[in-house]
Amino acid sequence: MAKINRRSFLQVSALAGGGFLLGLYSSKAAALAQGPQPAALAPTDFVSIASNGVVSITARNPETGQHSLNMLPMLVAEELDVDWKQVKIVRAGVDAKYGIQFTGGSTATPNNWDAMRQVGGAARQMLIAAAAQTWGVTVGECSTTAGSVHHKASNRSASYGELAAKAAQMPVPDFKTLKLKAAKDYKIIGTTTNDVENKDIVTGKPIFGIDVTVPGMLYAVFHKTPVPGGKVVSANLDAIKQLKGVRHAFVVEGKPRPSNFPNYLNDDPGLEAGIAIVADSWWAANSAREKLDVKWDEGKWAAQNSADIAKKADELSKQTPMRTLRKDGDVEAVFKRSDVKVVESQYVFPFIAHAPLEPQNCTAHFKDGKLELWSTSQTPQTGRTILSRLLGMPEKDITIHMVRGGGGFGRRLYNDYMCEAAWISKQVGAPVKLLWAREDDLQHDYYRSGGFQYLKAAVDASGKLVGWHNHFVGYGEGETFAHSAQVDGNEFPSRFVPNFVLQASVMPLGIKTGALRAPRSNVYAWVYQSFIDELAQAAGKDPVQFRLELLSNAPPAGTQGVMNAQRMMDVVKLVAEKSGWGKRQLPKGTAMGIGFHYSHRGYFAEVAEVTVSANKKIKVNKVWVAGDIGSQVINPGASENLTQGAVVDGMSEMLQEITLKNGRVVQSNYHQHPLVKMSQTPPIEVHWIKSNNPPTGLGEPALPPILPAIANAVFSATGERIRTMPMTKQGFSFA
Amino acid sequence: MIKLKVNGKNQQFDGDPEMPLLWFLRDELNLKGTKFGCGFGMCGACTIHLNGKPTRACLTPVSAAANASITTIEGISPDGSHPVQVAWQELDVPQCGYCQAGQIMSACALLAKNPKPTDADIDSAMNGNLCRCGTYLRIRAAIHQAAELKASAATKPAKAGAKASGAGTNFAPRKSGKQ
Repeated sequence: MAKINRRSFLQVSALAGGGFLLGLYSSKAAALAQGPQPAALAPTDFVSIASNGVVSITARNPETGQHSLNMLPMLVAEELDVDWKQVKIVRAGVDAKYGIQFTGGSTATPNNWDAMRQVGGAARQMLIAAAAQTWGVTVGECSTTAGSVHHKASNRSASYGELAAKAAQMPVPDFKTLKLKAAKDYKIIGTTTNDVENKDIVTGKPIFGIDVTVPGMLYAVFHKTPVPGGKVVSANLDAIKQLKGVRHAFVVEGKPRPSNFPNYLNDDPGLEAGIAIVADSWWAANSAREKLDVKWDEGKWAAQNSADIAKKADELSKQTPMRTLRKDGDVEAVFKRSDVKVVESQYVFPFIAHAPLEPQNCTAHFKDGKLELWSTSQTPQTGRTILSRLLGMPEKDITIHMVRGGGGFGRRLYNDYMCEAAWISKQVGAPVKLLWAREDDLQHDYYRSGGFQYLKAAVDASGKLVGWHNHFVGYGEGETFAHSAQVDGNEFPSRFVPNFVLQASVMPLGIKTGALRAPRSNVYAWVYQSFIDELAQAAGKDPVQFRLELLSNAPPAGTQGVMNAQRMMDVVKLVAEKSGWGKRQLPKGTAMGIGFHYSHRGYFAEVAEVTVSANKKIKVNKVWVAGDIGSQVINPGASENLTQGAVVDGMSEMLQEITLKNGRVVQSNYHQHPLVKMSQTPPIEVHWIKSNNPPTGLGEPALPPILPAIANAVFSATGERIRTMPMTKQGFSFA
Repeated sequence: MIKLKVNGKNQQFDGDPEMPLLWFLRDELNLKGTKFGCGFGMCGACTIHLNGKPTRACLTPVSAAANASITTIEGISPDGSHPVQVAWQELDVPQCGYCQAGQIMSACALLAKNPKPTDADIDSAMNGNLCRCGTYLRIRAAIHQAAELKASAATKPAKAGAKASGAGTNFAPRKSGKQ
């Protein structure tokens, strides 16, 4: 047993955190996320046991609704061997000693499955060591049951509470030597635990970011340039300062972005130019904002319009693509063959916003060269680094408290609101709660990128997919795609089609783009799985059968992070069986559709049954989901909830768009960026395959297949293919 | 001077009468349970009861609540024991939880006038409350369960999740959180 060298631990964990974040959402993300954890975590940083037996377990991740606040301590408690009823969950502060503190990319499970079980197992070993020493016996003679250590031979027992003080002094065992439980012995993993904050939620306790109150706190609004990169020329600040309740009104120059397409997670200074108004109440600040009269220098993006972008994309689609990202075989030769059917289609999708229900906010207190913040950030560690650069102060002088976030969906990966709050607090020398209005949120997002997909493919006489050509027209400059707006040569059906070409062209863009729940997958699944349905039709084959045949063209074993065909076939078969695919007689106007997608290491296939009325109202009658996220579904109740939510979320995305006029976003509130309502929500049946693979995350991978499942069902019911999102552009809506 | 009753207590306000009730509740009375989502009456996160009727606090000026009786999420039970709150916890309805206070206020108002609602009744009463996480199926199930709990009038004690009393200090003395 080696004592942890605290200094080396901190260095290693800082590297691991930084390295991971740098690679996030790049093609290396999956591999990095599966890489080693920090060399060692200290069990005593995560587990605290009171003499009365209450076991406090620290959850290190930010919580925005995925139940990680429960899930991480469940893993610790399982291996610690305590009753869940003894456990008190504690939210961590932001500190390198905890290793990776990050919510995104469905990484909570893969980043914590081993690490948190090891923390629990190591703490258990330390408790056993304390008992053995007390009794003068060997550790091998001792065992544990829910919260106690036993020595059978002498019939002695001691509770964890009695042993805790001594156990804390025991050496920390090497995590590699720990013998963790066999799955059959799990008592907590695989059982439903309800969200620890449920009672606070249903009684309206102040647990969200927006609820934070600090003595002497002022309230701020920040009126940002409507066009990205714009500057304030002049404003009626003297008049604003005279208004009731207003304490301060000033121009924030903003910090220029380091390049057109920086990695926003790490490089974005997060500070657009604008005007800050600080008042005694948020209402006073926001009312004053309505009286603002600002002259802007709108900068170089002021002429950008969605209609012009669409025209440009159409021109680019007719030109030689700018780049070739993957080329297998000879697709042009295939298209010339006389024995193939060639299908061509184009799919168009818009920018959409995250719009979590809790508007962006942050409370910041800059005092005597130190900064304290209360934040809902999904990336508080990165946020601290960005703040350190922005304010020119060392990270050690920045303390961040994690607060429950009212939804994340990727929006809170970015730390702009945190930077704004800190900047304003420093300017006014008082604690400040910055709160965005919904309009700020919809008009200053890191949008899910839009794009244009031009597809051409061939099926041979036997109905086999033999050639695939994809020209993607998206956003970026030169060889760089806009953030989270790229296409990946590993995306299905590459590797499964012998002649395959993926090419791309890019257009410049003013607004920021970013990762929205199941980044890119949330729309590429619809594009590719819809087009595959078109090809099944051309081949005269059943959509499920066509997919299974395509998947069975198994390529050589995939590299890490790439889809495993067998696991996908298994979920396709399961969802077909559960939905009664091809076995049920459906009335005219009613039909089923299927979609599958691999993302974030999760395998999901979904079937939707829809009825479409003459006026194109889609009633989704039912949805079946089959998923494979590895050998364990850690918290089944929460997992079902999250999966059903992913389906509802995906349905909403079929209705949403963000458009640009004169460089600014047109949409301002939920009436122009709708969410599906309760009456539109179908019954959603969720089935799991527990495959022999390490457990992986669930925040994202259940979402992508629902869009093509519904779109393909609509085609079967009506003969009309949805090739443009939002589907309202083709006259479709949900009944 | 505007006078009104909030959760049974007399309150008064002499500020801007046009200020929405939402900000009076949240920032003047420190009742943070009522949430700001859209400021536009679109999402329902700010739902409160005004003389028993579910109302959007973000669009209701304080002046419109003069002499009225307001109930917020903090006022429907002292301890989370209202059947709707109990059902919400038992079915583990929330994901992020942000919309749920508004959902619960709409659900309570529905059950007050319709003790045994059908799915269609529930959908119709709840369609103004958006849930960005998509917990609608559980909300609907919880409303049915709350109706049963109310009917049987034998409300079971709420399961308080994993909460237990007592703070741990022995095993890992907590440092000040600074690095």
